[in-house]
Amino acid sequence: MVEWEEPAIVLRTTMYGETGLLVYLLTQEQGVCRGLVKGGMSRRQRATWQVGTLIVARWRARLPEQLGALSGEVVRHCAAPLLYSALGLGLLSSACTLCAEALPEKEAYPALFTEMVRFLSVLSVSPENPPIADYARWECFLLKELGYGLDLSRCAVTGHENGLCYVSPRTGRAVSDEGAGEWRDRLLPLPSFLFDETDGTPSGWQDALTLTGYFLRRAVFAAHHRPLPAARQRLADMVRDYSGAIEKLDSSF
Amino acid sequence: MWSSPEIEALIARLARLPGFGPRSARRAALALLQEPETRLKPLVEAMQNAARHSHTCPQCGNLDTQMPCIICTDPARDQSIICVVETVGDLWALERAGVHKGLYQVLGGTLSALSGFGPDDLNIRGMMERIAAGHVHEVVLALGTTVDGATTAHWLQSQLVEAGVVISRLGQGVPMGGALEVMDDGTLAAALTARRILEP
Repeated sequence: MVEWEEPAIVLRTTMYGETGLLVYLLTQEQGVCRGLVKGGMSRRQRATWQVGTLIVARWRARLPEQLGALSGEVVRHCAAPLLYSALGLGLLSSACTLCAEALPEKEAYPALFTEMVRFLSVLSVSPENPPIADYARWECFLLKELGYGLDLSRCAVTGHENGLCYVSPRTGRAVSDEGAGEWRDRLLPLPSFLFDETDGTPSGWQDALTLTGYFLRRAVFAAHHRPLPAARQRLADMVRDYSGAIEKLDSSF
Repeated sequence: MWSSPEIEALIARLARLPGFGPRSARRAALALLQEPETRLKPLVEAMQNAARHSHTCPQCGNLDTQMPCIICTDPARDQSIICVVETVGDLWALERAGVHKGLYQVLGGTLSALSGFGPDDLNIRGMMERIAAGHVHEVVLALGTTVDGATTAHWLQSQLVEAGVVISRLGQGVPMGGALEVMDDGTLAAALTARRILEP
């Protein structure tokens, strides 16, 4: 009998039969893994298996390659404080969908799991101020973990470490304004909050999601002949509307 | 095989229904076959009638034997309030409670990025037509307190914001007879967020 127990985040659930659930989890040591929850649709268990819930999962099967039976105990309902925040739910859905769709099964990403838990904590603590900048940095981290990290350490043309404001869509390396030259129009804008840990600006959030969305689409999903997940596309639209509303509010003062 | 192929086929059909398994289907089939005059034949007749006459209401998505459905055509109902639910089962649950006296809109599902159920799959055309006709004052979003249910509610809110109708959602929190000490933290968080000020 193969068995493990460890903290996990619920990424995705699908109905399995009448009362069962097929659940995809992100765990620290096992990576993305799935299992069958018997009675997962029951009134008692349904809340446990909501997307984004942090649980302690127990998985057991006779052989490691089998589907396995899952059970779990809730540590934190990350989605509960977000039910009244459209953007908060959008961030949660997008992060969980990207993990479920982009990460290969049964490959451990311990650092990504830690980052995901940190992001979910920030998200559920402040649903009225959705942490878009944290989300964009988390997407950069996801790209890095998948082997497509952006090199934002220095300018690819001049070698300078300051004044970085573009990213090359071909190489993923930062470019300074000075180094951009006549290629400026072909480069992707780089918002400064991606490397200085600030909260960013509304236009910066849109630039950041355009930047990470470009590399997710090209490097991660195009390789599997799949488009960017609908939840991620919907998030980009929501951030655009939210940024527009904030800029309108700012300009009225 | 203990019985004829016809009876086995009946058991197999029953076993596919919700709430039934192979053993309970066998018991139900036995009960039907033992009393064909009082159980089997009336059931066959009722099922044939339902199969012949039931339709999906083109306006609200409810299942009924008349078109539009009995709720949409009831003049005693408040035509100015539409309650949006996910499934016909949810509509029946609200009707059982007898608390909503307006109309309904059955979406047929909730937005789910992972299952591929998108905005185009939601059945909202009938509701939008009724809103455009100017008869609707309030839309109640009675969707589940799940991530998908809440996402759908926010999406519908964004679609209805221009329509000039009041948009409301069901209250969330502690159920009837629930004690706080046994509530999970998600329910408590939702209940605290949706708290109400007591009128003097």
